[in-house]
Parts: sequence; structure tokens; C-alpha cells
Amino acid sequence: MAAPTLSEAVGRQYDYWWTVYKRTWKASIVSSFISPIFYVLAMGVLLGGFIDGDPDQLEGATSYLAFIVPGLVAAHAMQTAVSETTYPVMAMIKWQRIYDSMVATPLQVRDIVAAHLLFVLFRVATTCAVFMLVLTPFGVFETWWGPILAFLSQVLVGMVFGSLIYGWSARLRSEAGFGVLFRVGIFPLFLFSGAFFPIANLGDAGAWAARLTPLWHGVNLSRMFAVDAVDWSLALVNVLVLLALLVVGWFWSVSGLTKRLVS
Amino acid sequence: MISAVGLRKSFGDLEAVKGIDVDVRRGEAFGFLGPNGAGKSSAMRMIAAVSPVGSGSLRIFGLDPAVDGPTIRGRLGVCPQEDTLDNELNVYDNLYIYGRYFGIDKATVRQRTDELLEFVSLTEKAKSKVEDLSGGMKRRLTIARSLINSPDLLLLDEPTTGLDPQARHVLWDQLFRLKHAGVTLVITTHYMDEAEQLCDRLVVMDKGLIVAEGSPRELIDAHSTREVAELRFGVAEEGELSHEVIAAKVEDLGDRVEVLPDRLLVYSHDGEEVVAKVHERGLEPVAVLVRRSTLEDVFLRLTGRTLVD
Repeated sequence: MAAPTLSEAVGRQYDYWWTVYKRTWKASIVSSFISPIFYVLAMGVLLGGFIDGDPDQLEGATSYLAFIVPGLVAAHAMQTAVSETTYPVMAMIKWQRIYDSMVATPLQVRDIVAAHLLFVLFRVATTCAVFMLVLTPFGVFETWWGPILAFLSQVLVGMVFGSLIYGWSARLRSEAGFGVLFRVGIFPLFLFSGAFFPIANLGDAGAWAARLTPLWHGVNLSRMFAVDAVDWSLALVNVLVLLALLVVGWFWSVSGLTKRLVS
Repeated sequence: MISAVGLRKSFGDLEAVKGIDVDVRRGEAFGFLGPNGAGKSSAMRMIAAVSPVGSGSLRIFGLDPAVDGPTIRGRLGVCPQEDTLDNELNVYDNLYIYGRYFGIDKATVRQRTDELLEFVSLTEKAKSKVEDLSGGMKRRLTIARSLINSPDLLLLDEPTTGLDPQARHVLWDQLFRLKHAGVTLVITTHYMDEAEQLCDRLVVMDKGLIVAEGSPRELIDAHSTREVAELRFGVAEEGELSHEVIAAKVEDLGDRVEVLPDRLLVYSHDGEEVVAKVHERGLEPVAVLVRRSTLEDVFLRLTGRTLVD
């Protein structure tokens, strides 16, 4: 009996994550779907009614609604991933000690991280997909293929945050750190990474600072595809940055959980 | 089944295990006896192929845990000190989902889950939430979970800590049945009665080292007398009536006298004779008890301390 391969080991955890999903999907509806729809209504439709739909001002979008939707979904992908990799990870390490019971089986730390992150991927992907489908009738997308690439960008940026925050949560001793993360990390990113307004409005220095945030790369990709104003060389940079961060996040997560569980 | 030579483990500056040699044979019940902090759990986590070996050599089923960790863990059952059950799942799913981690096919896991629920008398609780179970039931469920893969070797870390006496006896009974079924057991405990009841052979650990090894009987014969007279003289006082002064007066009555905060222990082959002589000398203990030596006495002899502080 040899050690299971990564995909085999992940498959063995399917039953666990499926029961988690069955237990939690109802509770996640409000945060996953209803709150973002409120944002779209309040900011995109109602506030956006006061804003001129000038493509030169709005990075190629013909209305404020078309501008804000792809950015908002990308930002929401980040928030979904972060909420799935903060308290739930600490619960599995510290409060419920589910991981402790898992490492006593043939599963290895990397198998456990992979299965958990795949669950996060599933959460992020379903949330973004539903969001995008609901918004399609509003006429905010220019092409049929743009929203699909935008969706993939949203999932990618979500998983960048999922893996980075997972690795951080795996090292965190007390949940007090999460409050700090939300207030000084996630919330400012949500507001200032170009989801709500073009980062050019931040001035030169501000715009460059925004470009250094992972979220901006996702917002920018998502928007370029959704409004069909793609600068392919910039898109390549965005994708490479996000992929690099995803790889870093993966190793950071595995090493963090290894230190925590099998020292 | 287990062969450790010069096994060590440190956490930062703290050396938890300071070089131990252990051999566990197929079919036996082997114990690590020692107080909290003796290094038992650290040793156990290395044997469970979870915690990497600090230094020395360790082989489980003849395999190296650093190389074949998943294979070793696939043949082990682990009952951890603290319950790691999933409170959000019901009793049945706790077993079923755990079994799936071992790569056992669904039909077999279902059958095994039913059998194990029967074995630990939890069949009627199959659909209950774990958080509604009593402490004893949770322990039994943890034991059942550790058996889901039909392990060759079962590791039990402090299996009855925190349980009431009745629940302990139920659990001991189940462990006896496993032992008779040929499962090799490794148990850590700081309860000497548990070690005496369950273990064919044990090592006494203190401060990361093994201080004695043998069957409970051998250890008692080697390190204690047949009987012990426990003499209580009430609250320890200073001067004339202090325990030390009294101890000096009865010193010659046994092989050895131990002074504890609340009582004196006189070790002798005949406890009743000791008590009679104590009275002859005009000493008036508030209470006396003559009993057989236990592993507690062995531990006291070897370390100068009691097992449970």
C-alpha cells in the first residue's frame, strides 16, 4: 500500500467537503449573493445614475454600471475567499482540531491544503458565476466571450487571496488578528483597488500604489474583458503577477500548516 | 511492531524526549506510564508518524516514518488525548468520513461503521450530533473512529483522562476485547491502575527518559515491597509532631518510609505487622490502610514524586 497521490488523496476528502457544503450553503446565500446585489443596485444603478457614461473617463465602460460590475465581482471574489480562509481555517486547526484528526490518516498536509483550497475555489467560482449570470440581462457586457474571461480572472484573483490568507491564518495563534486584517487589509483594498473608481483618480503615486495590490490586477483583468477594452500586454502582466502570487500562496499555505500540525 | 533506539525530540530549548529505547511486539499491550510532561505524548506523536523524529532511529512495522509516513498511518489507529471529533457532523458521519480518508471504498466503510457503532454501543446514537454525547460516549466514538481502518496497531493517548469511573470501566472492557482479538495496543497514561489493568509490559517515563521497564508485576517486585502500610496523622505539624519526626520513629519497621504531605507510607512484606508495631510504640495515626504495592509506589520510588500532582 503506497502513499496516495495528491489527486487521490484530495478525492478521499470529497465526502467531508460535500457535507460541509450541504450544511453551510444556505447560510452563505446572504453574503454570497444578496449583499453584492445590493451593492450593484445602490452603487451601480442608483449612484451611477449621477455619473456620465464617458468611456474615456471609465476605462472604456459606456456606463458606470458597466464599469463597476466587473470590479465589484472581482472584489467580491476576494472577500469570499478571505472569509473562507480566516475563521474556518483557524477552527479546523485550533477550535475543532479537524486537521489534527486528518494528519493521523494517510493524508499529508499538502493533500489537506489542496482539498480545502479546492473547496474555496468552488465557493468563489459558484458565487462569481451566479453574480455574472444575474447581471447579464442588465446589458453590462459587450461580448459573449468577455464575461467568461472576466469570470476566470475573478476566480484567479479570489484564489490568490485564498491561498495567501490561508497561509497567514495557518500561522496565526489568535483570532484577534482577523479583525486587524479586515480593517487595515481587506476593506481598504476593497475601496481603493479600482473597483469603484478608475485608479487614475488617485493621482500618480496613488495609482501606482493601487497597481501594486493583487486585487487591482484582478479588477483590471475582469474589467478589460467585461467592457471589451483589452490591452493584451497589460493583461499578460496581470495574469503573470496573479499566477506568481498563487504559486507563492500555495507553498506559503503548505509550509504554514506543516509548521502548525507536524512540528 | 515498533522499534525505537535513542529516540529524541526537542521543541526549541525544551527537550521533551531525551533518548528512549522501545520495542513493542505484535499482540501485546504496551504502556507508557508517567506524569504529565514526562514526554509520553511527544513519543506517541512520533510513533504515530505525525511528528518528525528529532534524532535516533524509529521503525514502525519495519518502515521509516520519514519515508513511509502515509503507509504507516494507513495501518495505525490513533485515539488522541483530546477528542478531535467533528462536532458539526453526526455520529455516523464522523466514522464514515474518516474511513474515506483511508481510501476504503464506500460500501466497506458503511459496513465497518455499522459494526463499530455496535461494538462501542452507539448504534442508537448514529444520527445524533456529537455535541449531544456525554464525555464517555465521545471517547468511545473516538475509539471506534480509530478502528475504522482495522489497524494492526492502536495508539491510545491518555484514553480515560477526564472520564467518570463507570465510563472508564466500559472503555477498559472494550480495550480488553480488542486485545483478545489480537490488536496490538500502545497506551500512555498517568493512571497506575489503568497501566496495571491493561498493560502486559510498560515503561515508566520521567522527564523525557525511561526510568524502568517490565511487566507491572516485575516492576512492583523489583522496586517495591509486597505490602504498604499507609499511616495518616492528620495535618502535618511543625516540630515534635511533624511527619519527618514520626517517620524517624517508624523507619526501622519497614524496608523504606516515604513522607507525603498527607500521610506516611511504610513499605514492608507484612503491613499488618507494621501497624501493630506503630501502635506498640504509642503512635496514634488517625487512619491506617494496609494495601498491596502498586505502580504508584514504583513511580514514587524511582522518581521521588507521585504520578498525579
